[in-house]
Amino acid sequence: MKLRSWFLLPTWVWMAALFTAPFAIVLGYSFLTRGILGGIEAPWTIESYQRLFDPLYLTVLLRSFAMALTSTALCLVFAFPAALFISRAVRYKNLYLQLVMLPFWTSFLVRTYAWIFLLRDTGLINTALQATGLIHSPLPLLYNNGAVLLGLVYGYLPFMVLPIYATLERLDPALVEAAADLGARPITTVFHVIVPLSKPGIVAGSILVFIPCLGAYLTPDLLGGGRTVLVGNLVQNQFTSARDWPFGSAVSILLMALVTVLLWALLRCESEPLA
Amino acid sequence: MKRWLAAYAVAFYAFLHLPLLTLAVFSFNSSRFTVWEHFSLEWYRAIFRDPQIVEGTWNSIIIAVWATALSTVIGTLCAYGLWKRGSRTLTGALYLSLVTPEIVTGVSLLALFQWTFRWFHWQLGLYTVILAHVAFSISFVVIVVSARLRTVSPALEEAAMDLGANEWQAFFYVTLPALLPGILAAALLALTVSFDDYVITSMVAGVDSETLPMVIYAMARRGASPVINAISALITLVFGVLILISERVRAT
Repeated sequence: MKLRSWFLLPTWVWMAALFTAPFAIVLGYSFLTRGILGGIEAPWTIESYQRLFDPLYLTVLLRSFAMALTSTALCLVFAFPAALFISRAVRYKNLYLQLVMLPFWTSFLVRTYAWIFLLRDTGLINTALQATGLIHSPLPLLYNNGAVLLGLVYGYLPFMVLPIYATLERLDPALVEAAADLGARPITTVFHVIVPLSKPGIVAGSILVFIPCLGAYLTPDLLGGGRTVLVGNLVQNQFTSARDWPFGSAVSILLMALVTVLLWALLRCESEPLA
Repeated sequence: MKRWLAAYAVAFYAFLHLPLLTLAVFSFNSSRFTVWEHFSLEWYRAIFRDPQIVEGTWNSIIIAVWATALSTVIGTLCAYGLWKRGSRTLTGALYLSLVTPEIVTGVSLLALFQWTFRWFHWQLGLYTVILAHVAFSISFVVIVVSARLRTVSPALEEAAMDLGANEWQAFFYVTLPALLPGILAAALLALTVSFDDYVITSMVAGVDSETLPMVIYAMARRGASPVINAISALITLVFGVLILISERVRAT
């Protein structure tokens, strides 16, 4: 065997045993029946998939979609001007970029927890507002959809900044100058020249944000306080307290299918999206 | 326009960094409430007195070190192999494993482990967590090392082989040394993602293998506490420094 084959072998083995095999088992389980004690039993059935259309679960799916779409849109709105700022910076460009990435590579759990610290009834924001006398009883900032949305936007913002920044860097400055020479005001140039030309970055960033938001589990769990059930929480719940592995598996397969399509779309618009 | 952008950037960076900064500041607050009393290291002392936190930290370190060592070796070899000749299937699988929602990875690994336990009298434990962490760290390592490989010219190996080196020697003495900064950066990244992971870990950890993120999570579920503020500040500091080192190394 050639050296290259030996070098790829450990990854092939690891991926087959700990990525493909688990996926195959979950796929198999999704077509089986839940046992009386919560195990997996025959017969084979597509009941778990039919249950996905139960209004109860359909609501969860739609809510997750709406949540992921909203966070993606908000990330885009917040990230675009930031990416534009970084790409136009004369000095400290790398510092600005690293400042975007730094919180991202530190602990996700800690960053989510930081919002509990800020938003809860006795948290910093409520305490400060009460101290100034603006409010008399704490505002219900935590454990609702808004808190989850905030957590998602905060968590995945860098995923949007980086690809947009990358396309803005490649943008030909002459085009922006041409627009200015032809009398376009700066804001017009942004919306009619810069935004359309940075579409590949916008698409890549949107997919990169949408994917983790769609399957988010930790953020809705901690900041939604169990009230905001998204599809990730549904999966976790089926595998733990509800002990309905076939249904949990069917939901997982659905999520995987969606993510695979999105990844395919991402690789089509950028062949090395994460490099 | 320029002024607007700069003003926006200030707000943007404040949004990104203020939550963690205020958290760190209040970890030095003597009061357990979010009202500043006076400076104190009480909560940092409390970390080391809590046996759960200490044990969780040890478990996390053991897991992270093993997962980092294994995934760095496996991922580096893989990146090199793919650099020689690409494999769409393997690259696709690595990307897919990277974007798979963590909770789905977690439950499917749990399903796999439970399924194997039908034949073997094993139990979930530290080793299942390590296996899982290696699985999701490999793709990070491959991406970072591949980026480094793109700066390496294949002509160097060809020259070495023209001069009589075999394939193995060309790899070991020519390309590998050029990759070292990338490999180190990849290892630091793997260490970070392994140490931080909660979702997958919580699904595949045994009763004796509670990690630090699991302890923090359990505490955070009960609400905020100054002790978590202190651990959070420590984690952010340690990993912030590690990531900065990794970025420095990668840039060389």
